[in-house]
Amino acid sequence: MAVRMDKTWTTLNVETVGKLAAHLGVYQLANDEGEILFIGMAGGRTLFGLKGELQKALAEPPPGATQFRVEVNMAYRTRRLELLQAYVHDHGGLPAANTDIDESSLGRLRPS
Amino acid sequence: MDLSLTEEQQLIVDMVRRFVREEILPLEANLDPDADELAPEDYERLVAMIKDMGLYGLDTPPEYGGPEIDLVTRCLIAIECGQHRAGLYAPCYYVFGGARQAQLFEATEEQKEKYLHPMLRGEKKFFFGLSEPSGGSDPARAIQTRAVRDGDDWVLNGTKLWISGADRADFGLLFARTGGPGRAGVTAFIIETEWEGFNVRRAVHTLRSAKYATEIELNDLRVPHDNILGEEGGGFAIANDRLMRQRIPYAAECIGIAIKANEMAVEYSKVRETFGAPLSQRQGIQWMLVENEIEIRAMKWLVFDAACKADRGDPFRMESAIAKLQCSELAGKVVDRSMQIHGGLGVAKDLPLERWYREIRIRRIGEGPSEVQKHVIARDILGAGLR
Repeated sequence: MAVRMDKTWTTLNVETVGKLAAHLGVYQLANDEGEILFIGMAGGRTLFGLKGELQKALAEPPPGATQFRVEVNMAYRTRRLELLQAYVHDHGGLPAANTDIDESSLGRLRPS
Repeated sequence: MDLSLTEEQQLIVDMVRRFVREEILPLEANLDPDADELAPEDYERLVAMIKDMGLYGLDTPPEYGGPEIDLVTRCLIAIECGQHRAGLYAPCYYVFGGARQAQLFEATEEQKEKYLHPMLRGEKKFFFGLSEPSGGSDPARAIQTRAVRDGDDWVLNGTKLWISGADRADFGLLFARTGGPGRAGVTAFIIETEWEGFNVRRAVHTLRSAKYATEIELNDLRVPHDNILGEEGGGFAIANDRLMRQRIPYAAECIGIAIKANEMAVEYSKVRETFGAPLSQRQGIQWMLVENEIEIRAMKWLVFDAACKADRGDPFRMESAIAKLQCSELAGKVVDRSMQIHGGLGVAKDLPLERWYREIRIRRIGEGPSEVQKHVIARDILGAGLR
């Protein structure tokens, strides 16, 4: 499995989110240019997994978010941390809308 | 042999049991099923409570501020602390503190000042870097990471694998080959993760979805000679006794989730009806519960036998290996049966059984796989001539 998620982006709208299944996993939100704005997860307490989390994102999207991509993954907690660490390594800081994370406690990953 | 608890031990058991039920379980009900951390404000509040109880820093020797408890009591606490969803790998979400890096107690005074004390105060985090892609169970032969002397420094090159917490640590203990093959050729180095040449290359995801392992790349990492822990070529002699002692509460932690899983299975079997009668009326279910009960008692006996011998100062290498082997194997069976009794509910994330089922499987491999424990036991039975 690649460290960075490299799936194609899907337009964030009612129709595309409605097609998602309720699996657990991780997701990313991006703007029109494909710049990642938020990295989130659908954990074991979510009512409808990735579908439910993306529906929430659709109702209250971070500013500029127009696209999404998901990865079904039971290790959703550690996978999300890995994606966040890789993002910090590549960009020097967290995605703009990830105000829920304390960067100082995130750890350092230096993927090639 | 008297295995009844002393008044003080009973007091501690009751106190910790109440703490788990009244403080940990309510918080856990609102956490992700795979969580292994509390919110910082909850963590701080509970740490303060544990300090008030006089139980903070369980594996820290009294001379460094840890509580004055013997190993039997330490195991009693471990059994109680583990009786919740995150209890196997994050007992009480680490609010009892403690120092897993036993080797650092053997450091020089300068090293203790710089590395041990900040770790004990909770200001700095430490990782343990032994295993490599070439193996972890037989490090004396498997270690290929090379350290070469260059003036006052050593230059380390190699790869470490299955290392927990390296990405979040400030310091670490790395084992590298400074001499020829075998144990005498391996030296322990204290390193700082900020140093040039230390890279955490990737997270290794496992069954334990709350925490990952990491892969570390050492690329011309320069380590001062003063950062050797112990003697050059003495990497394996460091703190062997302390590590062997820690294996016993490690075994006891398995009992905690086995007890809880069995309790859940007993209760569920009384209320769940099939074909007009509760599950508890079915002989097949009764026998599963009987096997659970017997194996939980067997685990306790083995753990307390090992702990008693260690507390008395008797040899306990074989006993700690037997306890680790049997507890990691039997607790898995207890959790498996309890899951079976719960049917579909047993595999759902609504209950903690599925997390215990995944995590207890790792225990048969971590801290020395079952086969290595058997090797240790065989060596004691057959004599030192066995390789």
